Amino acid sequence: MSLMSIFDISGSAMSAQTIRLNTTASNMANANSAAGNADDVYRARYPVFSSVQAAVAANNSDPFAMSMDGMMPASEQGVKVMGMMESEAPLQPRYEPEHPLADEDGYVFYPNVNVVEEMTNMISSSRSFQANVDVMDAAKTMMQRVLSLGQ
Amino acid sequence: MAISFSNALGVHEQALLLRDQRSSIIASNIANSDTPGYKARDFDFAAVLQQRMGMGGDSNTLELATSSERHIGAAEQGISDDMLLYRTPLQPSLDGNTVDEQLENAAFARNALEHQASFQFLNGKFTGLIKALRGE
Repeated sequence: MSLMSIFDISGSAMSAQTIRLNTTASNMANANSAAGNADDVYRARYPVFSSVQAAVAANNSDPFAMSMDGMMPASEQGVKVMGMMESEAPLQPRYEPEHPLADEDGYVFYPNVNVVEEMTNMISSSRSFQANVDVMDAAKTMMQRVLSLGQ
Repeated sequence: MAISFSNALGVHEQALLLRDQRSSIIASNIANSDTPGYKARDFDFAAVLQQRMGMGGDSNTLELATSSERHIGAAEQGISDDMLLYRTPLQPSLDGNTVDEQLENAAFARNALEHQASFQFLNGKFTGLIKALRGE
């Protein structure tokens, strides 16, 4: 039944958005983690989303049972996090000779995290999460209604 | 005289099923609103419903051949890929995603309402059948 697969679809999107929110939190938390050389600095990271068949997203590895069920998996696309991407933006070297981690020239390196960008990412992911919660809630109501058929 | 459910229930049984399937397609669109390169999809409800009811439309569906009139022809129930159309985006986006979240949310809410309407019609049909059987 298609309404059932909405739980898989919206669930996968909610979990992907949670991962996005997690990386945002991690980026924000590390926005001021300085390091003594450019290689050790934290770099802003972002998840890369890709669409995936709903049953795969829900770890249901039985495509035959699905097609027997009469639904076409091609039309039901969940979301998965394909991987993480590190930001290529330039790091911020700062001249802080008193800093315990400063190199011989007196520079420390700060991460390439743009806090404003992270805030907008946070709002975007929480809104998307909310939209999927609403969809799931509506699907639940529709299902409960169908269950009362003939009563 | 046998009771024919398909005659008694009319269009509403298929309509409810299709509403059901449409809701999962729109849910996929909303779920993928942040996926780069994802194209929002939907189907032409009226055309697919007509096809399901056997009232014309293009009849390139896969059905089991029936050699006796007592065979049950198993028509395909799912939405195949060629029935699924792509939405025309109002605003192009840099990452190639064509999901308009507001539009999809509106479509989902509307589909949920129409699902409820179909359900109420179907429920009314069943209530009528039960009344007829009881002879009250």
